[in-house]
Amino acid sequence: MDATPAHMRPERSFQGFILALQRFWAEQGCVILQPYDMEMGAGTFHPATTLRALGPKPWNAAYVQPSRRPKDGRYGENPNRLQHYYQFQVIMKPSPPNLQDLYLKSLAAIGIDSSVHDIRFVEDDWESPTLGAWGLGWECWCDGMEVSQFTYFQQVAGVECAPVSGELTYGLERLAMYVQGVDRVYDLNFNGREGAEKVTYGDVFLQAEQEYSRHNFEHADTAALFEQFKMAEDACRKYLAAGWQENSKNLGGNQKEHLMALPAYDQCIKASHVFNLLDARGVISVTERQSYIMRVRELAKACGEAWIHTETGRAA
Amino acid sequence: MPDLLLELFSEEIPARMQAKAADDLRRMVTDKLVAEGLVYEGAKAFATPRRLALTVHGIPLRQSDLKEERRGPRVGGPDAAIQGFLKATGLARIEDAKIQSDPKKGDFYIALIEKPGRATIDVLAEILPVIIRTFPWPKSMRWGARSAKSGSLSWVRPLHSIIATFGPETEEPDVVGFSVDGIEAGQTTFGHRFMAPAAISVRRFEDYEAKLKAAKVVLDPQARKDIILADAKQLAFAQGFELVEDQVLLDEVAGLVEWPVALMGSFDEEFLSIPDEVIRATIRNNQKCFVVRDPKTGKLANKFILTANIEATDGGKVIVAGNERVIRARLSDAKFFYETDLKTKLESRLPKFDQIVFHEKLGTQAARIKRIERLAAEIAPLVGADVEKAKRAAHLAKADLLTEVVGEFPELQGLMGKYYAQAQGEDASVAAASEEHYKPQGPADRVPNDPVSVAVALADKIDTLVGFWAIDEKPTGSKDPYALRRAALGAIRLIVDNTLRLPILNAAKSAMAGLPEKGDDQKLASDLLSFFADRLKVQLRDQGARHDLVDAVFSLGGQDDLLLVVRRVEALGAFLDTDDGKNLLAGTKRASNILAIEEKKDKRTFDGAPDAGLYQLPEEKALAKAIDQVKSEAGAAVAKEDFATAMSAMAKLRPAVDAFFDKVKVNADEPAVRENRLRLLNEIRVATRAVADFSKIEG
Repeated sequence: MDATPAHMRPERSFQGFILALQRFWAEQGCVILQPYDMEMGAGTFHPATTLRALGPKPWNAAYVQPSRRPKDGRYGENPNRLQHYYQFQVIMKPSPPNLQDLYLKSLAAIGIDSSVHDIRFVEDDWESPTLGAWGLGWECWCDGMEVSQFTYFQQVAGVECAPVSGELTYGLERLAMYVQGVDRVYDLNFNGREGAEKVTYGDVFLQAEQEYSRHNFEHADTAALFEQFKMAEDACRKYLAAGWQENSKNLGGNQKEHLMALPAYDQCIKASHVFNLLDARGVISVTERQSYIMRVRELAKACGEAWIHTETGRAA
Repeated sequence: MPDLLLELFSEEIPARMQAKAADDLRRMVTDKLVAEGLVYEGAKAFATPRRLALTVHGIPLRQSDLKEERRGPRVGGPDAAIQGFLKATGLARIEDAKIQSDPKKGDFYIALIEKPGRATIDVLAEILPVIIRTFPWPKSMRWGARSAKSGSLSWVRPLHSIIATFGPETEEPDVVGFSVDGIEAGQTTFGHRFMAPAAISVRRFEDYEAKLKAAKVVLDPQARKDIILADAKQLAFAQGFELVEDQVLLDEVAGLVEWPVALMGSFDEEFLSIPDEVIRATIRNNQKCFVVRDPKTGKLANKFILTANIEATDGGKVIVAGNERVIRARLSDAKFFYETDLKTKLESRLPKFDQIVFHEKLGTQAARIKRIERLAAEIAPLVGADVEKAKRAAHLAKADLLTEVVGEFPELQGLMGKYYAQAQGEDASVAAASEEHYKPQGPADRVPNDPVSVAVALADKIDTLVGFWAIDEKPTGSKDPYALRRAALGAIRLIVDNTLRLPILNAAKSAMAGLPEKGDDQKLASDLLSFFADRLKVQLRDQGARHDLVDAVFSLGGQDDLLLVVRRVEALGAFLDTDDGKNLLAGTKRASNILAIEEKKDKRTFDGAPDAGLYQLPEEKALAKAIDQVKSEAGAAVAKEDFATAMSAMAKLRPAVDAFFDKVKVNADEPAVRENRLRLLNEIRVATRAVADFSKIEG
């Protein structure tokens, strides 16, 4: 770390912090992806996790994913609640035997020394009803603060994981706040510079938090959103139907193949985010809520089924 | 004799599963050993977040040899039977079998099978992998490359290594040779994740436990609890405070660390303006830390105690500072919630209940609150409560469910309602009812005695019971999702402990009238009453009283005044403890038995007053006179609800009954006399029914 200039050090700079994590996981053989170009509630929705977790082929990837949680907006007034924040996501398939050690080393790489910090793995079973997914693992605690989510996927998009992937999700803002020692997310030093050159998290995102909170809670056009949900759902089904090839020539003429799982899955992501927006606007009743979640799950499952019949998703 | 050491080393096992897992491991291994004829001297199992360990000592080195005689077909029997017998017993030729003569059935073949006992270590190598593969984790998972294939091992979290050694104390033990899903049993484990992560080689339990301790792992959960408790108390004491003990939290925390280190932190005093219970819930539920109180005031101090898993190189400064940060953030959320809640009056939250469904078939929460209000107002005069206060209390009692603090900490429901009611200047009884109307929650919980609380508590419970009865959601077997048994027991305790006169059926009928869905009133009422009777029996049994007496009283019919039922049962119990009581019971039972036989014989009953003109013996007349006297005395006493006097009146019946059976032949030759005597016997039964149905009493 001696070679790292001060403004790039993880405890000084939010971007340095992200780069340190990326470098660490690149060294473990992960492909470092860029964020997926769609709105989603969590890094798990990225096809690099959801779809790549399926099928037998090995896959190791890490990426930052902006995560949108319309309901969590607080008009920029809460010190640590945001409707848009960053998750750092790692997926390793199959889960390596030393994944816990790798995770602890990654903490060391961002300046969390396990000889002075109390790091704990506290039971947390993960389930995503919208993705038809579940896994077992932990919340990882550092000095009493939840800093990551550690999950061994057992099922994703309704498909049993074989082999199982290990998934790590770091809440970047929260971790960086801890490492930088600030109590308000907007006070995070984003670029690690001081004085006039310093750019804070607030400089980058405060206005966005205010504007999107207004949008999410007050103005998002619910009629249009209901329409969009329906459109995304229809499009997803259409693409799925169009993608199926019976007796595929690629596969010797006697097996099913799917040629459009990824575009179909994009529509599933879209439906899920539209649902989150409608939910934030409070226009979905408790009973309807269940049925929307179910509809997204059906899309996710159909996409998962399609994926394991694609070149990348299938065996051999 | 040799010992077994078994350790299953894995990634972090959820705290709540550890104790049962240790127990299951001990039970499964020892049961299997015993089933294999291997009786052991002792066994003990342990759990830490990363390992399950078991030591079984005093296991024989080998199974004993087994000799078994198996009886085969008749000599000269069909060939198929003989071939089958040879195959089943492993004999080469039928000549190898013995022949046994049976005087009745002739000669039979007998095979002598000798099964030499196996070495215990081989038996272990066979049973241990099966136990590991079939271990009953509440939830288990697959992991790693092997999970690509079906049939891979499932464990609570990834299993990394297994120690299995077996051997006598004096020698180097052997490794039990087996492997599970690619994990070879051996004698290697690992120390504390951060402080001593290196591999450790162990031989048997004694050096295992000692080496782990040297590697910063306290194996025994009880020892970890003792350390945490002692250190936490000491830390609190050193600053003039006292630890708020919390067994459930202690159990959990001991399951989160292998090397407990208690540390004390503080928070800003300004947070002490939040109610103590909210501070405690925040610190306990979210952060798994203990709180401390000032012994002088009994109020919480601005300190907390955390349990770290390491001896930090800086003495824990960074850990304490980190926890303080998190607790500060949590408490400022809690304070914000609490202060926000205080800004809204409880009654102005109520309209929201129109949107909240209590139960699909029982309408909204708002409708339920209205029902409870009406019922509480009806019950109020019967329990000595002011009607208006009871109505007000019922009106507000559920409002805190919509507050932020209760949303965050559901276990604070009721209590927060009380605080918010006090803060908005409600009458003290009205405020108290918010908390107390949920009581008593269980057999150990306090029964409220403020009449306003009692009225609302009864209304709440009776509405719940009647409602779920009406939609036929009664408890069955072990299933009681709406905690109806608890509600009924709660109502019983409220009535009995407060010596209330409250005909429960009237209240139930009134509650029923308000329901959206109505069932069969009559049936529902009698079902519900027998449910109460059952609960009362359970409760009396728990207190050591005779539950058959409850049946004897309920069997009289129309007994819906629970206080009277209890008093009657008590008086009856006391009476049956006396000689008079025992003899009268015996006499009454005898009369009933004779009647039952004769009624069956004649296919008729013998009710109706006996004819005084047909009495032939002085004992008949004396009994008739005693019955008349007892009937009127006991009847009068019962009418005054003086059951003790009623029982002593009953006692007067005893000598007459005894003398009657002594001197009088019931089945007289003359039919009219016989019938008259049977009627007299029936009168004994009738007379005793003034206090109880003696036929339901055991013994």
